[in-house]
This record gives sequence, structure tokens and C-alpha cells, in this order.
Amino acid sequence: MLKRHSLDAVIIGAGVVGAACAYYAARAGLSVAVVDSGPVAGGTTGAGEGNLLVSDKEAGPELDLALLSSRLWTELAAVLPREVEYEPKGGLVVAPDEATVKALRNFAEGQRAAGVDAVEVPANALHDLEPHLAPGLAGGFHYPQDAQVQPAQAAARLLAASGAEVHLGEEVTQVLLDRGAVRGVRTPRRELLAPAVVNAAGTWGGHIAELAGTSLPVLPRRGFVLVTEPLPRVVRHKVYAADYIADVASGSAALQSSAVVEGTPAGPVLIGATRERVGFDRSLSTQALRRLASQAAALFPVLAGVRVLRTYHGFRPYLPDHLPAIGPDPRRPGLLHACGHEGAGIGLAPATGLLIAAALTGAEPALPVHPFRPDRFGSGPGAADTPEEHP
Amino acid sequence: MRSPRSLVGGSPAAAYAITFDGRELPAQEGQSVAAVLWGAGILAWRTTREGGAPRGAFCGIGSCYDCLVTVNGLPNQRACLVPARPGDAVTTQEGTGRADLTV
Repeated sequence: MLKRHSLDAVIIGAGVVGAACAYYAARAGLSVAVVDSGPVAGGTTGAGEGNLLVSDKEAGPELDLALLSSRLWTELAAVLPREVEYEPKGGLVVAPDEATVKALRNFAEGQRAAGVDAVEVPANALHDLEPHLAPGLAGGFHYPQDAQVQPAQAAARLLAASGAEVHLGEEVTQVLLDRGAVRGVRTPRRELLAPAVVNAAGTWGGHIAELAGTSLPVLPRRGFVLVTEPLPRVVRHKVYAADYIADVASGSAALQSSAVVEGTPAGPVLIGATRERVGFDRSLSTQALRRLASQAAALFPVLAGVRVLRTYHGFRPYLPDHLPAIGPDPRRPGLLHACGHEGAGIGLAPATGLLIAAALTGAEPALPVHPFRPDRFGSGPGAADTPEEHP
Repeated sequence: MRSPRSLVGGSPAAAYAITFDGRELPAQEGQSVAAVLWGAGILAWRTTREGGAPRGAFCGIGSCYDCLVTVNGLPNQRACLVPARPGDAVTTQEGTGRADLTV
């Protein structure tokens, strides 16, 4: 069996979060390896839309993470190849009635205090921004900081730029322990020894935590995306109805849908996304697709005459309080978590990578990390020793 | 010349007309749009989105989507599958065929 001894960290997961962890760790001078049971971006990353959103997050720790990430994505866009399709296109949230406009106004006020650019758009100016938008909307908010990338390309280019050693198609079968501390991982083909292991396994992060003898309650939240035939630019921004924000924050297991409509440089319009907690059920839900299609056509009537070519779906890694787990796990020395970003992982990846790199090198984190501490859900070994950590 | 039709001793049904970019072409019941165009010696009826290169039928069985064309104003129809109906107006599709929607 092959052995490596000179690594500083092993990152489990070749999605966008694992790639960002590898990138920032390598930039901090660390030697890292990335291992994944599948290909690059083969899980939730490849099933996403590439949202880099600040607009859908209320003021709080996740928004701070998104704002930091938004700045980092701007830097990354300048150094990564243009195939990542970084588009600072801005978001447009629209409201069907005056009551919703008022709710959006309150929401935006809190966001502005946190550093978000949010510009109220009166009903009569909506069509200057989006000429094909349905008539009769009461108003909206424009968020210039919202952006988009092609998520699989973003992960692949970020990973390549990290220079990390990459082992794909190798499932981690064991997290190696030595006197209670992590000392590497085992795959069917090799042992990767390192004093730190980063769990960036996304929706499968709970399984990795288990392999390390601890726990993280990551649950899958399924989402469908519709892809139309290639079109010229018919939608300029990331456009969605205000109820999307409530859906994102909801803890319900039932099917929720609120169309997010956006064009892509390749031509197709993407229509996302449903949310439902049905475990890892990969079967097609025509109900979900029908709702997405009709909501998209309600926002942009022109889409009613456009053909949908295909659909794809994936599983967002969902934690009970909708915040990711980022940082060292005090219950298992040497284990760090970087997962549970739900539907915001593409957007939040760079800040997550930066925080993980700081944790690995002992540097001062760019943000307070307390809200993201992995042991906040309170089970697993050692939990009983640190009751003050539990909310 | 031996053809499938001559082998079975068939005779053609009455032809009807469709148009391609305004030019009248003879079509027969059961022919696809691509068959009508090929029969008239027309091999390309779409231009690509990037670069405007000419495209026509490639696989001929509905798999490759190379033969897309605009039929009666509706773009992205697979010429190899869509039957030619009397009076159909087939037009060359430029790119997405939806330039009118551009904002």
C-alpha cells in the first residue's frame, strides 16, 4: 500500500468547498491532498446553478460569510481561467404586492447595515432592468453584488490552481486515529497521512464524521433545476420572487418551490430550484418540475413558449440551523469540518476555504467562527464534557 | 436505378407543396422536412450560434439535434423527425432562432 508522510492536511471532497479549502491552504504554504469517491464536482457542486448570492440571506453570520466570499470570488475571477464563467450580473428580487415590497424593504434594511448593496426598484422601472418580466408586479430590489459561476468549472479550476495532489474515484473507508487524534485517511488504494483531515464531503459529511467517530447531522435537501433550449440573452439578472427567501430559510420537509430564473453564457436559461427533504431519493418528481416551469412562466411569460431540454437534480447538505459547519471539531483533535452549506456552497466556498486555511495554520480568522462551530448540535464523543458549548 | 420503391413496385402519392425560405418544394405524405429538403438538393438549413457555420441533417434519427430548423415560425424543430405537412413554411434558422427575444 502506498504511503505519504509529507502532507499537512487531507481534504475529503472534490466539490467546490474542498477545492476552495485546497486552494487557500496551499496558498498559506501547506501541502495538501484532496480525495473523493467520485469525480471533481460529482456531488452537489455539479448539480447546482452556481449562485453567488447575498440577496437571499438575512443579516447574520451566513451573510457575513457570503459578503467575504463575494469579495474573494471577484479576486478569484481575475486569476482563474474564464471557463469558470464568472458573471457579476446582479440579482433582482420581485414582489407581487405592496405587502411583500414592505417586507423586502425591512429585509434589505438589515442587509444594508451588514454591507449589502440593495437598491429599491419601483414597479415602473422593473422593465428597464428586465424587459420580459411579467406585468403587474408591485416592485423589487436590485442586488448588484449577486453573481454567478459555472459551478463544476469553478471547482475544477480552483482545484487545479491549488496544485494539490488529487485522488479521484477513491472512497475514504477509514479515518485513521492515533490516541484519539486524527492522523490521516485510508482508501482502498492508499493511506494518506496528515495531522489534519478536513471533512468537505458536503451532503455526505455526516458519514465522514461518523467514520471519525463523531457526528454531524447533515441531511439531504433535494432540488431540481430545469434547463431550456439555448436562447439569446432574454434574462439579464438572477431574477426571483420574494417567497424564495422564505423557502430557503424554511425547515419544512415538504416540497417548496419558487423559481429563480437566469440566463447563462452558453445560452440555456436555468430555472431553479425546488427544496424538499426526501432523503437521497433520486427519482424524478414531475410535480416539482411542473411547479418550477409554471412559476418561471409566471415571472417571464415569454418562457411559456420556450422548450425545456432537460432537468437535473442534487442534494443540498442541510444542517438543522441552516448554517454550515466550519472549523476544528473539538471532540476529535485533527478533524476539521467544512460542510453543510445547503444551497449556498458555491457562493460560500472561498470564505470557507480561507477560514479552514486560517484554522490549519493557526492564523487569525477573517470572521468570527463561533456560529459555525461543528459541535454546536451536541452529540458525539466528548459532547458531555463541554455542555457550555451547546445552544 | 433500383430504389426501395421500385423493389416493392410502389408508386408515389400525389405531391403537395411546402416552402423553404419562400421557395416552393414538392413533398409527399410521410416525408420528413429533412427528406424534402434533401430531395431538393438542400443540405444546410441552420447556422451555428458561434461562428454561423452551416448545418443540416447528421444522424437523421433524432439523436444529434444538428438538423434543427424553424418550421412555421417555431425554431429548434428536428427536421429529420418533423413530418412535412401541406403548406408548411420552413425557414433557415440563424443561431438560436430566437433573436427577436434578445434584450
